[in-house]
Amino acid sequence: MYKVAVMGDKDSVMGFTALGIDVFPVYEADEIKKTIHKLVEEGYAIIYITEQCSLQGKDAINRYKDNELPAIIVIPGITGSMGLGMNEVRESAKRAIGADVLFGDN
Amino acid sequence: MAKLNVNPTRMEMTRLKRQLKTATRGHKLLKDKLDELMKQFLDIVKENKKLREEAEKALEKAYKSFIIARAVMSEEYLGEALMMPKQKIAVDVSKKNVMSVNVPQFDFKAANNQDDIYPYGLAFTSGELDLSMEAFSEAMEPLLKLAQSEKSAQLMAQEIERTRRRVNALENVMIPNYQETIKFIMQKLDENERASTTRLMKVKDMIAKKAIEERRLRDKKAFGA
Repeated sequence: MYKVAVMGDKDSVMGFTALGIDVFPVYEADEIKKTIHKLVEEGYAIIYITEQCSLQGKDAINRYKDNELPAIIVIPGITGSMGLGMNEVRESAKRAIGADVLFGDN
Repeated sequence: MAKLNVNPTRMEMTRLKRQLKTATRGHKLLKDKLDELMKQFLDIVKENKKLREEAEKALEKAYKSFIIARAVMSEEYLGEALMMPKQKIAVDVSKKNVMSVNVPQFDFKAANNQDDIYPYGLAFTSGELDLSMEAFSEAMEPLLKLAQSEKSAQLMAQEIERTRRRVNALENVMIPNYQETIKFIMQKLDENERASTTRLMKVKDMIAKKAIEERRLRDKKAFGA
């Protein structure tokens, strides 16, 4: 059995507590990176991270991108979506196809 | 294109020809694999996009209601109400093989012995919080699906990149190298053959000349000139 975690600023992640997801309020870039590594080591299968935090922990996230686990998924924070999550999808499409063909229509 | 550094012998050439055949076959197979991977990937990434839109919309709704809930309740009460979650979400991870890429399949188990999700008594909390919790709980399902789909897309993208690199390496480096080297050996062998033919002709010439000379000498003696 694997666990699920949410990382982000306190306001964004507070709502997830009641669902039984482990919540990690983080702010500083160092803190974010450290927490990501720690969570991976502890065997979390899915880590949701808010867009703001994902910006600061970019290299830590990219390090685990090619691993089977965990899945680090970017979600919008409480301030709304900056489109970073969709960017991730676009990024992997670009990586595979070599061009941004999928999102050309919007 | 540089040719490989090998001895120009017939044996080497046979070996290279065999390697070239293998490389060509591998190239074809990998190319087929790449095509199929691409097909699968497009499906996955399209689904990924749809799920993300869905999840972000659901999450936005949850956030909105949570902001309202937070506004009507004091920070302390809210923290206290959410402190002890009633349900526990855990995932079972199994692997699915898509074109030799192992993509994770998440299977969710929400351990919850009561029917409701609210981890608090209703006396000190607002109705808005209930609504917000409901919205969060609804957002969970698309979020979990999104995790699976997005991870699959990432892994497939990686595999496609790797396969394409291999195809390119075979197509643009290895196969031309082999072809060039085989051609080189063939030319070298032909050249050798021509060289030995001319040598033979030369030797034959020399022998013939010598024979004529001897004959002439003998004739001279016989006729006594």
